[in-house]
Amino acid sequence: MVIDKIKKRIEYDVENDNQEKEHRSDIPVGMWVKCSKCKEILYKDDLHKNYSICPNCGNHFRLSSRRRIDQIIDKFTFEEFDLSNESSNPLGMNDYVKKLDALREKTGLDEAVKCGIGNINSEKVVICVMDSNFMMGSMGKVVGEKITYSIEKAIQLHLPVIIFCASGGARMQEGIVSLMQMAKTSAAVQKLNKAGNLYISVLTDPTYGGVTASFASLGDIILAEPGAMVGFAGPRVIKQTIGEDLPEGFQTSEFLLEHGFVDKVVNRKEMKETLYKLLLLHKGGESR
Amino acid sequence: MTSKISAWERVKIAREPDRPTALDYIDNIFDEFIELHGDRYFRDDKSIVCGIGSIGKQNFTIVGEQKGRNTKENIERNFGMPNPEGYRKALRFMKQAEKFNRPVITFIDTKGAYPGLGAEERGQGEAIARNLMEMSDLKVPIIAIVIGEGSSGGALAIGVGDKVLMLENAVYSILSPEGYASILWKDSSRAKEAAEKMKLTAKDLLDLGVVDEVLKEPNGNAKTDVGKMSQIMKKRILALTKELQGLNIGDLVEERYKKFRGM
Repeated sequence: MVIDKIKKRIEYDVENDNQEKEHRSDIPVGMWVKCSKCKEILYKDDLHKNYSICPNCGNHFRLSSRRRIDQIIDKFTFEEFDLSNESSNPLGMNDYVKKLDALREKTGLDEAVKCGIGNINSEKVVICVMDSNFMMGSMGKVVGEKITYSIEKAIQLHLPVIIFCASGGARMQEGIVSLMQMAKTSAAVQKLNKAGNLYISVLTDPTYGGVTASFASLGDIILAEPGAMVGFAGPRVIKQTIGEDLPEGFQTSEFLLEHGFVDKVVNRKEMKETLYKLLLLHKGGESR
Repeated sequence: MTSKISAWERVKIAREPDRPTALDYIDNIFDEFIELHGDRYFRDDKSIVCGIGSIGKQNFTIVGEQKGRNTKENIERNFGMPNPEGYRKALRFMKQAEKFNRPVITFIDTKGAYPGLGAEERGQGEAIARNLMEMSDLKVPIIAIVIGEGSSGGALAIGVGDKVLMLENAVYSILSPEGYASILWKDSSRAKEAAEKMKLTAKDLLDLGVVDEVLKEPNGNAKTDVGKMSQIMKKRILALTKELQGLNIGDLVEERYKKFRGM
């Protein structure tokens, strides 16, 4: 009986995985999950204990913002900014508002990024973590506002900024207003530069479009998780445009490292310590 | 009359192959213009034209996305779709404008940044991001004019202006209507429907506050009289330059920040 149940669960998860095709989402329902890379069936608890990295092949599963914060920020130190952002719907799309409401219900998130202040081994930072479970982490007005607010807050408090990027790009449903968030967030980064605060951008799977073409690419230091897909144009669009298959490893973190757009590819298990080390190495510079 | 023109019809006008391009306007607006080439890193991207020009005694740095006026030109110009080196060239000249205290005039006309292998290898996203960041506090006035199609980050990358102007039939959007329909509805053939929803016309964008002014086109279409269209643009460029030069640099940059901060 139990085995039957487990089998069913496995089948369910496998089916779920197939439906999602290439989307490596953060652990579907059930106790088991299949690695999208090596196809190994994994027990979820084991996976979570292993930082949501496949113990078999090292594939970094996508992380929810909650889990990310648990992995990076010292226990009980994260304080989320209290931002009462009304959702924006400049194109007046009815189904968009409904979709947002449904997603809030389902994910418990208010938007595609979580922002606040927390400690990394007792070093205080402003941290923003994007969440691909919420409209693929896309950037509309609220996301742009939260990122910008966080950067401005960091300037005010003389704190470093760390942004974990995970986004399909600008949010289509908000049209041109989403596009303008690119200018808004990039301008905020420039203010941070002038103030002399450190900004570390961490690219995780996936980082694309308007997010790549704004704050994600503007860190003083840009880290990336192994195997994350990062680019401006999506692979499908590029393939259509050039009419040929894309080379192996195209638009991965390692590809970006090779081409000089990433400072370091960092395994998730070493991410916190790497960030900590970088924070210490920048100390004294930012606080005058 | 003009309000009866649908958004999709505007898209079609903005894409007309004989619609005046950046160089057509540059030739007509400026008394002098010298085109200068190259990003100093990789190569010259012909889909962005850069140079220095003047109207009377006032010098300007000019940046324009340039579509071809025929097939041969279009191939040379990559259909007006810049690669990273195009944006880096634009930035190089904008930084020079700052050094020599020249106002910057940009002409936006692109279907978007080019989605190619090389573009990704050379950091298309980084190039656009850097322009947005650097333009946000460039210490000279910037006037951006959307003359045709302004699509995606590829348009915005030269569009962070103190004043953003738009020709009556130009369109400005997050993505082409085809791309938008394809992403939202998985059906690019619904482009017409997308265009009506996207708020991409000059009037819509003026209402949204994305654009500061709409410039009327002679006889309802700029191509009927490039000379007259250029005169209209020239007049506004001169007036706005004077207005913006009246601000001290700190205020100018702070106002620009607030403008985009508020969107």
